[in-house]
Parts: sequence; C-alpha cells; structure tokens
Amino acid sequence: MSRLAKLAAKILIAVLLGGFLGATLVRLAPGFGVDEEELDTRLNGRSMQALREQQAPERNLFVFYLHYLNRLLHGDLGVSRTLQRPVSQLVAERLPETLKSVGLGLALGWALGLSLAIIVVMSRAWYFDLLASSLAGLLLCLPAAVLALLFVTAQAPVRLILGLIVLPKVFRYSRNLLTRSSSLPHVLTARAKGVGNVRLLFWHILPAAAPQLLALAGVSVSLAFAAAIPMEALCDLPGVGQLAWKAALGRDVPLLVNLTMIVTLVTLVANSTSELMGQTLRTDGA
Amino acid sequence: MKWARMFAIAFLLTLSMVCLLANFVAPAPFAHQFRDVPDAAPSHQHPLGTDELGRDRFSRVLYGTRVSLLLAPAAALLSSLLAVLIGGMAGFTGGWLERLVMAGTDLFLSLPWLFLLITVRALLPLNVSPITSVVITFALLGFLGWAGAARVICADAGALSKSDFVLLARASGSSGWRLLWHHLVPNLKPVLYAQFWISVPVFILTEANLGILGLGVAEPLPSWGSLLRELESFPSVSAQPWRFVPLVLFIVVVSTFHLVLTKEELPA
Repeated sequence: MSRLAKLAAKILIAVLLGGFLGATLVRLAPGFGVDEEELDTRLNGRSMQALREQQAPERNLFVFYLHYLNRLLHGDLGVSRTLQRPVSQLVAERLPETLKSVGLGLALGWALGLSLAIIVVMSRAWYFDLLASSLAGLLLCLPAAVLALLFVTAQAPVRLILGLIVLPKVFRYSRNLLTRSSSLPHVLTARAKGVGNVRLLFWHILPAAAPQLLALAGVSVSLAFAAAIPMEALCDLPGVGQLAWKAALGRDVPLLVNLTMIVTLVTLVANSTSELMGQTLRTDGA
Repeated sequence: MKWARMFAIAFLLTLSMVCLLANFVAPAPFAHQFRDVPDAAPSHQHPLGTDELGRDRFSRVLYGTRVSLLLAPAAALLSSLLAVLIGGMAGFTGGWLERLVMAGTDLFLSLPWLFLLITVRALLPLNVSPITSVVITFALLGFLGWAGAARVICADAGALSKSDFVLLARASGSSGWRLLWHHLVPNLKPVLYAQFWISVPVFILTEANLGILGLGVAEPLPSWGSLLRELESFPSVSAQPWRFVPLVLFIVVVSTFHLVLTKEELPA
C-alpha cells in the first residue's frame, strides 16, 4: 500500500514538474509570443494592442503556469487558440483514437517481437536469428513517418505501423534477455536433465527475464506514443498525435502543453505500473 | 563481426568525405533550379534526375547527407557531454544529489520526447533562416537527448567511485576534479563512446521524422527529412525508381551506424 502511495506521489510530482518544464521550454523557446496575426497590415493600433493584451498573461511563465494549474483544478484545460474549442473536449474526442492505435500497435509489436525472440532463442538456429535480426535491423532504420507514407500509398492498414515500430525494439531486447536467461546455471542444469523446451521456457527462462521485460513494456508505451504523431499526421487519423502536429504548425501553446502533460501522465502510469509489477515479481522470486 | 565494423567505419568516412566535398562533387548548387527540366529522369547532367522544382536530386542528396552526417554527431556529442556532466557528477558525488538528479532524469525520460520537440521547434520565429533552422533542430535534439545516457553513466560512475583503485587514489590524496578527470572520466570513455554511437542514428531518424512532418530543416536547405518527403507522391515514385535513392541511402547509413557498435557495447 505504501509502495502504491509512493508511486502515486511520484507520478503527481512528475506530472507537475513535467508540465512546468514543458511550459518553461515553451516560454523560453525563440519566437514565443510572436503571432502571425500581428503581421496583418489591415489591423490598426487598437487591434494590435488588444491582441497583445490577450496574450499578455502567457508571456509571464509563472502567471501562465499558475493560471493553468488553477484552471486544471477546476477541470478546465483552456481553449485551443487555433481550433477555438475547449482543450478537454478535443482531448476527449481524440484520446480514445490514439489509445486504440497504441493498444493495437503494442499488442502486435509485442506478440510478434516476443514470439520471434522466443523462436530464435529456443531453436538456436543461426539462419533464423540472421533472418529475424535483419528484419528488426531494417525496421529500426525506417522512420515512423516513412513507414506511414509507404502504408498510406500501399493502402495497407495503417494501425499496423505502431506495431512495426515497437517490434524491433521488443525483439532485440527480449532476445538478449532470453539468451542471457537461457544460459543461467539452473537452466543449463534443467536442460541437461532433459526438461522439455516448453517447460524450460515457461518455468525457467521467462520468469528470470520477466522483471526486465516488464520494464521494457513500460518503455514501449512511450515509444508508441512518440510514433503516433507522424502516423496520425500522415495517415489522417484523428488522434492526439495529429492534434499535436496541427497545434505545432499553428503555434498553439496551451494545447501543446496540455497534450504533453496528458501523454506524460499516460506514459508515467504505464512505466510505474510495469515498475511495480517488476518489483512484485522480484520480491516473489526472492 | 570486426570486419563489419571496419566496413561500417570505412563507409561512413568515405561518405562523409564525399559529402564534405559536395561543393566540388555536386553537379549544381542544391537550390539551383533547372526550370526547363523539372521532374527529369536521370541523365549525364543530372545523375538522379531533378525534383518537381527542377533542382538536381543528386546534389540535394549530397548536401542533405552532409547536413545529417555533420550535425547528428555534433548533437550526439552535445548530449553525451551533458550526460557525462550530469550523470558523472551525480554518480561520483552520490547521496542526495544522485537521488535528486536521477529523479530528474526519470522525469525527463518519461516526457514524451517528440511532443516536447515539436512544441519547441514549432515556436521558432517565422523568419528563421534555413541555416538557423538546421542548427536549432539539431541543438534541440542534443539538449533533449541526454537523459538516457546520463542514467547509464551515473550508474557506471557510482560503481567506479566505489572501486578499489578510486579508494586507493583517495587514500593517496587525490580528490575533486583530479580524481574525476584522471581516474573516473578515462574509465567512462567506453560507455560514453557507446552512448555517442547509439545517439547518432536516433537523432538522424528523429530529424527525418520532423522533416517529413514539415517541422525540420527549412527549405531550400536539403536534409534527409525533406528528401524523404518526396515519397508522398508514391505513384510517381514507383514509376521512377531512382527517387528511392535517398531512402536506400538513408537505410544504409543508419544501419552502418548500428554496425559500428559491437554486440558487447550495445545495451541489453
């Protein structure tokens, strides 16, 4: 229970600090406060003044952040400057789409990556290792945006992209972990005693690698979220990745800070859950 | 795998040399438009044809490769230096400082990197020059990419500071910077080297993603991101296979960066 409370406190502090860091970076970035509307020659002095006054609170980092926190406590995430709609409404509409893509991508990436790693380690066939490693190596060299472009033009199911981004990382790390586990003395002894491959895998190799695999699961969530930006932007999927891209192009600061905070929260929860499960497994193992 | 590593290094050195000499090797400046021959097929004058604006594609590939091959290692160097400064100091000092720095690093690692990057990149002034945009893009990558490496270096520095030879050095009167500079940093070199080589392809891939999204290096300066954006018009690309050359070169370069590290140097 205390472990859970500690994790909750850690997440809360991290989210607050993360939001503050995001706001700081946004505030310090060159170009902050520059608005294209000010370049409009049709605007008179009063309109320009009104525009500047409208942006004045955002110019002060602490005021900007305090206002943001105050609104957040009241469930108000502000209004998107470019889309002129409440951020909470936009997020509520688009987050399920991204969660669906990320969930499917993670499921696919893990299913394929881990299966390939298990086959490579258990079969100990060099040609299979070479084939799987080459495939993973090729996928590691392709940016998510290129995969998205190729999938769109080939009219392939675009939700597979996140799976192909996660797959090589899962394969490489889990193959290394499983190889290490399979050379542990107790596994070698079990193998020498004639224990079958299936029993060896599920009773001896996988449990030894489980805590690290869980840690990797947490990391793969943030990997999938990062890849969701180019995938949704280029494949026209209405998720938070596409929203972030549009906000970036439209220089919509409040929307970008909110999206960063929300995705940080999701990845932190995923990381903390995997960490907690890994700790529990280690404790049980000990 | 020694031969693969040697091949990778030789290939990267040769390519870097060719790209550095792009001013002499390229048939035309990267922004020069041959307005009479837009979208031209490969010819003696234009080995990879021209793009939609009539610019020589071979020249643009050379200059774009130069941008990535020069600036991605520079960004990786920046992030490695930040990692050794932050992680090394925290691991060497230990105690509350280490816990504080590691908590900060964990926080930084949990931040959605690409979200943060596009946020800051999108806030550049409107009238930023192509050169400034390329420098800022890679500087941002360097400044935001230190956390993972700092974690590894902190763990190594912590283990080294408790090792026998450091205890002996302390007992002989070495302390502070001398201990750090003469005993710790030389022993951290292999980890730093590995982190540097791991970061370079990551930064190249990130720049390509940003470039394709229109948030990378500003036109007319070419980069791999802007060169790969040509794949958007796939039907015409598939009819003109030479337009895949930037993608093929990109894959070859990123995979050779992966080959530079041996299995032992790669993280688990």
